[in-house]
Amino acid sequence: MLRAFRTSGTPGWTLAAILIAAIVVSPIAALIAIASEGSGDLWPHLAAYVLPPAAINTLALLAGVGLLTGLVGVGTAWLVATASFPGRKFFDWALLLPLAMPTYILAYAYLDIVHPIGPVQTALRSILGLSDPRALWFPETRSMGGVIFLLGFVLYPYVYLAARASFLMQSATALEAARTLGAGRLETLFRVALPLARPAIVVGITLALLEALNDIGATEFLGVRTLTIAIYSTWLNRSSLPGAAQISLFMLALVMALFLLERWARRNQRFSAAGKRAQPPAPVVLRGANALGASLACALPLTIGFVLPFAYLADQAVRKLAAGGVSMMIWRETINTLLYAGAATAVTLIAGLAVAFALRSDKSGLAAPASRVASIGYAIPGTVLAVGLLWPLAAFDNAVDAAMRHWFGLSTGLLISGSGAALVLAYTIRFLAISINGTEAGYAKISENVDHAARSLGESAFGTLRKIHLPMLRPALGAAAILVFVDCMKELPATLMLRPFGVETLSTHVYAEAVRGAYEDGAVAAILIVLAGLIPVVMLARVSRPPVTPSTISA
Amino acid sequence: MNRLIPSLALAAAVAASTLAPLPANAQGEVNVYTTREPKLIQPLFDLFTKNTGIKVNAIFVEKGMAERVAAEGANSPADIMMAVDIGTVLDGVARGVTQGVQSEALASAIPANLRDKDGHWFALSLRARLFYVSNERVKEKALTYADLADPKWKGKVCIRSGLHPYNTALIAAYINHYGAEKTEAWLRGVKANLARKAAGGDREVARDILGGICDIGIANSYYVGLMRGGSNEEQKKWAAAINTIMPTFPGGGTHVNISGASVAKNAPNKTNAIKLLEYLVSNEAQAAYARVNYEYPVRPGAQIDPIIAALGPLKTDQIDLTVIAKNRKQAAELVEKVGFNN
Repeated sequence: MLRAFRTSGTPGWTLAAILIAAIVVSPIAALIAIASEGSGDLWPHLAAYVLPPAAINTLALLAGVGLLTGLVGVGTAWLVATASFPGRKFFDWALLLPLAMPTYILAYAYLDIVHPIGPVQTALRSILGLSDPRALWFPETRSMGGVIFLLGFVLYPYVYLAARASFLMQSATALEAARTLGAGRLETLFRVALPLARPAIVVGITLALLEALNDIGATEFLGVRTLTIAIYSTWLNRSSLPGAAQISLFMLALVMALFLLERWARRNQRFSAAGKRAQPPAPVVLRGANALGASLACALPLTIGFVLPFAYLADQAVRKLAAGGVSMMIWRETINTLLYAGAATAVTLIAGLAVAFALRSDKSGLAAPASRVASIGYAIPGTVLAVGLLWPLAAFDNAVDAAMRHWFGLSTGLLISGSGAALVLAYTIRFLAISINGTEAGYAKISENVDHAARSLGESAFGTLRKIHLPMLRPALGAAAILVFVDCMKELPATLMLRPFGVETLSTHVYAEAVRGAYEDGAVAAILIVLAGLIPVVMLARVSRPPVTPSTISA
Repeated sequence: MNRLIPSLALAAAVAASTLAPLPANAQGEVNVYTTREPKLIQPLFDLFTKNTGIKVNAIFVEKGMAERVAAEGANSPADIMMAVDIGTVLDGVARGVTQGVQSEALASAIPANLRDKDGHWFALSLRARLFYVSNERVKEKALTYADLADPKWKGKVCIRSGLHPYNTALIAAYINHYGAEKTEAWLRGVKANLARKAAGGDREVARDILGGICDIGIANSYYVGLMRGGSNEEQKKWAAAINTIMPTFPGGGTHVNISGASVAKNAPNKTNAIKLLEYLVSNEAQAAYARVNYEYPVRPGAQIDPIIAALGPLKTDQIDLTVIAKNRKQAAELVEKVGFNN
């Protein structure tokens, strides 16, 4: 261990990465401690009646959402990246818009939209000339199918984003080689482009699945009992924290198994980056029915995942404002939301940069496992994370308080758990993976020779990071910052449990209205979340285009 | 990027400074942790502040309140923990985060069966668990809870999650009257009658009756007042589609749950906390509970809102509330065993 450090160029950064990994893993350690208290006679009951249906539901949900997001995300990305059709430029960025729509808000909106007395069925009945709501059959929203449909159409942008970047970076040579060898357009997609894009698509689908797994609003509201819901109800309705911790660990194990399975499935595959100056393929110009089909194929997910629910929320919000307006508290909530998301984004970005830099400069071999552990937070649902953080943080606070009273006669109170720091920490742990992966991907494009040149010219490690890496990493960091920011703003379960005394955010406001069955009263707050998320998402669409474009290549 | 990091650092600093921890021992205040929506309870706090000059800081901790107060320990700023559902109220007592309070004003205002004899918890208002029925499709005027499992309601019943505290408490009471075996059979019968998944909220029972999804469902009494007396035109239509029935257990009583409160064990403002509780059971506040929230007051003789009074006289089920809390675990197990929510 010591020798490893001595040979390493910058042990300080590796130590920082290990420290960050330790912080990320602390809530899991707390969960293990809580679970090992034992839940008494509860476990046999959980194993017999709770876990089997919850695990089956969770797997079905993941399979469905994975399939739907994959289909929609890859399909639209392929069209936008390789074809030319009416509206392509618009869809290129607009397809990302559902990212701004929190899943729980989408569920509330759709239950209204497709309810028998909602606009869709009312319109259908008047077209068909029916008066009795019972005369018209309509698929039930409160079902596994309903949840998969909604989550699929709101989470596909994670796949779209990754697949589009990958398709755009694939060299035209490989695709053209396939075409000259006689492959049709579809065959090129399935035999060349898709296999090449597979790692990126898998990353996108993984993000979408972890979001689906974390969801508590939509699944609870639509009555699908997943493991996340089981954790929640075991803890809260049964007052059994150990039981909840046991289910949490079971779920973490499930997530890890899925990761390993995916790695195993592509154990014999190697991917090497395409040439740095890969020329993107010239878009195929679609005409007639094909062009119309492509436009419709892009318009459909955008409409379901964003336009319809947004229009519905806007309508509700306008009515609410007209009916007597909203309390001024909503501005305070908006500021809280932006401040927490902003602070957490800053911390997450800096921590992610530290880990990625350690990974780059590390020679001890310790930074790689540390970075993997530091990314684990994204797989921990917010509820679980909050439970795991509550006790260590409060214990830390009370210990500090006791020490300060003892030595200095002054009380520091609940330093972290009583302030916003707990929430910022929770967001950081949960979303660090985005910033680490994004920064790493950015680093992959910077040759190590650049570092060697800088260091041999006498620049320090930190100087290299600040003067050389940061400017070159800007697009990658920008994209990561935006994703983290939007995710923090939408985050609900951890926010509900860890926010300090007297602080409301927009998401807790919406949820509070929803739990008392008045979610339309939360429409103003809901639309503020979506609007605040829109600007970063549109920015993301701009920075996420690979820098290589036909014009820069011809230059 | 060179400009990005300082600005991010600034944002972090601003966030940290505005969100500094609340001083736990501020003067002239009382800190309330509540699982009740702030909007429903805030008017009462405002009246209290107007009368006494004591500021009320309330935080809505929708779930996990007892856990949070326990974790905060000696430094918890909580003075009062307020909750709906007897089970949630007693959770705090069981976790040891409450303290016993002796107050003549509380003891005289609240009937003995609606408070802890050692003063660890006090009921502040009551709500009945009713049937909402379609006023077009349902002719029955009187039903028992047991009737809901009758196969004649097949495909016609709407209810929220069986694990929601309101339903768990009802099932716990059912166990007390009929025993676990019959309760399990009843749950299976109700499950077989469901028109849709057991999910959503109580108001949706009325909406789904209007939408033709179901004919009958279980929901709390005050939602009728909130829908009929509120400003939401949509919800007025929902409420106009239903009649209510006061279902009964053997003995003729209807299941009632409470909203209640406890004084926190480490309350930094204990005197103010007791003052607030005493205010909440005063004539003025009890009338406000009825007027603003459409709940039944705990104080005998306090006025009931006309919309709620129009639902008919309430005869409450004479069950010991602590028995409901005790049976809750078994109730939740039965719900899971029969796959009620699946």
